[in-house]
Amino acid sequence: MSDDLLALATSVVERAQSGESLEVYVTRGTDTEVRAYEGEVESLTSADSSGVGIRVLLDGDAPDAEAVGSRVGFAWAGSLDPDVIAATLADARDNARFATPDPYVVFAAPDGVAAVDLDLWDDGVASTPIEKKVEMAVQLECATRSADPRVRQVSSADYSDSRTEVALASTTGISSSRRRTSAFLSVDAIAGEGADTQTGAGFSVGRGPGELIADEAMDDAVLRATRMLGAQKAPSGRCTVVFDPRVVSTLIGVVSSALSGEAVVKGRSFFDGRLGETVAASAVTLVDDPTDARAFGAASHDGEGLACRRNVLISDGVLRMFVYDTVSARRAGTSSTGSAVRGGFAGTPGAGCRALVLSPGDAGAEEILAMVGEGLYVQSVSGIHSGVNPVSGDFSVGAEGLMIRGGSLAEPIREITVASTLQRMLQSVVAIGGDLRWLPGAAAGQTLAIADMQLSGE
Amino acid sequence: MTDTSLIEPDVLERVLSTALQAGGDMAEVFAEDGVTSGAVLDDRRIEELSSGRSRGAGIRVVDGETTGFAHTADLTETGLLAAARAAAAVAKEGGDHVRTVALGPLADHDRGQRTVPNTVEKARKLELLTRADDAARSAGDAITQVQVGVGDSRRRVLIANSEGLFAQDDQIRTRFNVQCVANGDTGMQTGYESLARTEGFEIFDRHRVEDIAHTAAARALAKLNARPAPSGEVPIVLAGGSGGILFHEACGHGLEADHILKDASVYTGQVGQLVASPLVTLVDDGTVLGEWGNFAVDDEGNPPARNVLIENGVLTDYMWDWLRGRKEGRKSSGNGRRQSYHHLPMVRMTNTYLLAGTEDPDEIIAQTPHGVYVKKLGGGQVNTATGDFVFGTTEAYLIENGRITEPLRDANLIGNGPEVLRRIDAVATDFDMTPGTCGKDGQSVPVGCGQATLRITGVTLGGTA
Repeated sequence: MSDDLLALATSVVERAQSGESLEVYVTRGTDTEVRAYEGEVESLTSADSSGVGIRVLLDGDAPDAEAVGSRVGFAWAGSLDPDVIAATLADARDNARFATPDPYVVFAAPDGVAAVDLDLWDDGVASTPIEKKVEMAVQLECATRSADPRVRQVSSADYSDSRTEVALASTTGISSSRRRTSAFLSVDAIAGEGADTQTGAGFSVGRGPGELIADEAMDDAVLRATRMLGAQKAPSGRCTVVFDPRVVSTLIGVVSSALSGEAVVKGRSFFDGRLGETVAASAVTLVDDPTDARAFGAASHDGEGLACRRNVLISDGVLRMFVYDTVSARRAGTSSTGSAVRGGFAGTPGAGCRALVLSPGDAGAEEILAMVGEGLYVQSVSGIHSGVNPVSGDFSVGAEGLMIRGGSLAEPIREITVASTLQRMLQSVVAIGGDLRWLPGAAAGQTLAIADMQLSGE
Repeated sequence: MTDTSLIEPDVLERVLSTALQAGGDMAEVFAEDGVTSGAVLDDRRIEELSSGRSRGAGIRVVDGETTGFAHTADLTETGLLAAARAAAAVAKEGGDHVRTVALGPLADHDRGQRTVPNTVEKARKLELLTRADDAARSAGDAITQVQVGVGDSRRRVLIANSEGLFAQDDQIRTRFNVQCVANGDTGMQTGYESLARTEGFEIFDRHRVEDIAHTAAARALAKLNARPAPSGEVPIVLAGGSGGILFHEACGHGLEADHILKDASVYTGQVGQLVASPLVTLVDDGTVLGEWGNFAVDDEGNPPARNVLIENGVLTDYMWDWLRGRKEGRKSSGNGRRQSYHHLPMVRMTNTYLLAGTEDPDEIIAQTPHGVYVKKLGGGQVNTATGDFVFGTTEAYLIENGRITEPLRDANLIGNGPEVLRRIDAVATDFDMTPGTCGKDGQSVPVGCGQATLRITGVTLGGTA
């Protein structure tokens, strides 16, 4: 199905001139989005889109090279129209002329690692009629509204899905294509009691509509909103914090930006210089494995067309490796770990993780609460982008959740922050749950307890 | 390219008629032709120049409470008609209606003299990067890494709807940003500063990139000696221009009519009520020329306006787009915006600012025995339904005995919108604006925020000390 896309990418690569290398990324997709409100369709969007991203590398030994090293330029367009592709190629060529020559800049070349065959495509996304998708959103909205008398409003209930095909080809021998589908149900519930208002979000995610579980989304949203009713601020102090699996997925994602080899070689990671050292509690083993089809970010090939592979980043608390794309790996004197990520056709490759899993422990959430005894359970955080700095490691986020008293969840707490540093948090992991959830984004999550965090409230 | 229309009026009329063939109350074509370019200097190298082009149209059909939307990169009549039929699939009536759409005269806007980005030599843009890199690195040996970015965009939009509206705009934006890493005994710290204007390359005639670099570098250096921020409720003094984001999060989002009409805002039903300190007069104003959230028409073709949201502490009005305005029988307030032709418009802020007060900023600090002086805020986030919001500090100092003393490490502040707005007890005269990117429901748009130095008697600061 992606064969014509790969043929298109290859045909553009064949236009390479002497002294230059080309890398061409083409993508095509279809998206559907339904939002329900008060039993009706609020909006229905259905659209195809496509795009191209071209990198041109002027070889360092080209006749006009002034210094040692190659120069790279990039251009993109939201179209696969032949004239637009030609103009984009010209833009990328012109851009390359202005880059600083860099001996480390090359395009990826096949490295002999075979790609794992992953089936990330669900025909149900295309074959399910739009009426059925509408019905799923409307039913979710209605069911959530009537799930609990305290649910006062359902501000959004969405069904969305996408089909994406990507092909990548280069003059250095890269030729890869992949495709994937995804489907989501999500709902935002607002619960009220008197003047008190609280919110909760829930979702279900799968490769196709058949995998979605509406009740899971609804139950999560309703539980999260209703159990927060009556929430107050808490007094400031230090305590053990137990994080919900969804929050843990977010936290792992933040930590992983400091495990990017690109951040390390450019002196922007607090992990720099710490390979082989103990950076986390001994229970912490963190693996990035896009070859595991259960992971939302599973992928056969990375953003440069190399095979994705299983990378063990931290094992038993010891920092083992960083993830690299081709250029950052060369700068660090190593080779790519198949970890190039790119933000679609309008982005260029960088080093990053796709499918992180913190090795699960044995305990369930309730056992962890019992073990912690007294502390704070955080069900959601806010201000991740404004309060967490992956360079310094400073960590401070808004939080809401429930106090843990006598080993069980107690009264709800809001308008507080929890703070520490990422470095200290990794060392202070006291329990890792066995309740692993495959979540959207670059990381799975499970219940996690971290000792000695600062709660700021009254 | 400047003078050719994206789509001819007769084509638009036929497309709009087709969009309403199966029924519906309103149809709209939003066409967009965008070009962007950017360059990044990192680790002392001009690492990457990039160019992007995006051209297409989004078509929506509104039938009662339901909106159908489709978009296409194909601006030929055939492509537009296909998108119109896809968007019309939501129309309940069905059947074959003959609707004649007649567009009014094109509303165009003279934006004055601007330097169109693609007329500027790339080498001139790159020179700015190296100048900023040099300036940042000369700020101190502790500066170990510098990343500098320059970017510009030109976005031509054309909007036509079945009510006869026909408008266009040509938006040029330019941005420049510097991020520095400083390394010291206590680890690394970062400093960031940006300049962003709805103007062309001429902004660099008035703004020195060295100044931007020095500010970013000084911010990183100051934090090398920073102590952990306090934990708990403290009085906060926000520097002028540092923290308009406070109002953007504390009440801006909550005053967007889409949240209001779904009863998903703490400000629902509060018009005429005292919702803030009498010192607060808050305005959202898309007309402020050159500011990051400025435009000549919004993404539904309506002109921006100076909308007073809170006057002397009393809530006066919300912000409206076409759809939400229609539900209440009123016009759009010029706040219908979208990220691109791939997106439906919704209610968005433009430039949101607190009017200046009368006090001397130094006097406000001097009259604060103990607290935290926030010189620069980073981003923020709000839950409009509960009013709880956070915003992060990126440069802050302790205030002790009315004097600014030690620097503090980054932390988030958390508060509840209506409560925090009531606790503002001093507003100074030193008004300034800052640019930002506002995210809502997966769409990002450029916005401006502004305020003068002000004091909040108590907000929870999420430090570790």
